[in-house]
Amino acid sequence: MITIINYNAGNMASVANALERLGFEYEITNDANKILSANKVIFPGQGRAKSAMDDLKAKGLDKIIKKIKQPFLGICLGMQLLLPYSQEDDTKCFGIIKGAVKRFPDDEKIPQIGWNDLKQTRKNSLLDGIKNETYVYFVNSYYIQTDDSNILATYKYGKITAAGIIKKNNFYGTQFHPEKSGEAGIKILENFLKL
Amino acid sequence: MLTKRIIACMDIADGRVKKGSKFKNLLDAGDPTQLGKLYSKKGVDELIFLDIMATVENRDTLFDLVRRVSKEINIPFAVGGGVKTIDDIRNLLNAGADKVSIGSAAITNPQFVNKATKEFGSQCIIISVDPKREGDSWKIYIKGGRERTDIDAIEFCKDMERRGAGELLVNSLDQDGTKGGYDIELLKAVGKATNLPVIASSGAGKKEDFLEAFVETNVSAALAASLFHFRELDIVNLKKYLANNNITVRL
Repeated sequence: MITIINYNAGNMASVANALERLGFEYEITNDANKILSANKVIFPGQGRAKSAMDDLKAKGLDKIIKKIKQPFLGICLGMQLLLPYSQEDDTKCFGIIKGAVKRFPDDEKIPQIGWNDLKQTRKNSLLDGIKNETYVYFVNSYYIQTDDSNILATYKYGKITAAGIIKKNNFYGTQFHPEKSGEAGIKILENFLKL
Repeated sequence: MLTKRIIACMDIADGRVKKGSKFKNLLDAGDPTQLGKLYSKKGVDELIFLDIMATVENRDTLFDLVRRVSKEINIPFAVGGGVKTIDDIRNLLNAGADKVSIGSAAITNPQFVNKATKEFGSQCIIISVDPKREGDSWKIYIKGGRERTDIDAIEFCKDMERRGAGELLVNSLDQDGTKGGYDIELLKAVGKATNLPVIASSGAGKKEDFLEAFVETNVSAALAASLFHFRELDIVNLKKYLANNNITVRL
């Protein structure tokens, strides 16, 4: 079973619809046992870092997420929360992957909204069948900086080059929304579900 | 590099795509889901569905439509028309919409925009404005362009940015329905006044109009409706044309 973590900052409907189209069974839940015993865990996210962390703590999910050993996919804010700290509302996050979450400089249009291309920097089965410089859909005001060894793909927004896909052990994160990125996004989700 | 976006807009009444001049002589342009799928296949970057009736009785039909679109289409889409309360937004997002577009309610109750962006984040709040030129400036109109206000359009856009809006959808009432091109002066003025992504709307009649908007102004996206519905302009050809003219688009 695949679980989608249920909390106040998720975009459950879109992710669930994508899994349905792919023919995978899933459950949307915040039950710790179900999350820890799942084959794969998806952690969607949109909204703000602080209120998301507050809600996760209130549900006791902050401690559970750190214990997950199966393939885990954080999407957008769900990816940013894997870092130790976000500038957004000065928020302490999980710290599973080292680095920082920073706001785009003010001379760029904020938020970044739209299709941007991914430059693949490392081979990984998550990107099987995805051509280099494929366009995917982003919506973000904050971006991730982390060690190159944690990065599978980058994107460029104005002068900033930031992490588009990160991976550390079983934890994967995409800054873009695979569930909204057309055929390429669906392929990336499928690759994750087949890991 | 972030691409410029091409957005197809669909006016919805009774669950169907309609085209007409301001509620009169509505022509049926097809099923929203089928049309959305077709556009998605042709490489449109985003869809907007506007409930032009926006009556209480029609609301359930709209939610059904949003659920259907969300199940079948895997590109982002926004929904607007009659969005007035936090519950309106929550219901649309829960049904699967990625963003909502707020129109008159942002003008009559600006505090609503603060509440909405705080609750759901800037990324899903589009503010739709209908400016009309008066001398050297533009005034905001409401209720589908039928009622004038004293509000200066440029000042209003700045105010929306301060309140946390994520995007501005700028419908020029001077260019609406003319097919004479986007309102370049207006779009330049809005782009200079705010740092938000701007969606150009109203006036597109041919592919050159899209190019003009992207070359002459810093808009992030350009929107059209009937031009696409009645196949006057093919989205594949439009995007190829823009790419050949050095505009970064997703092909």
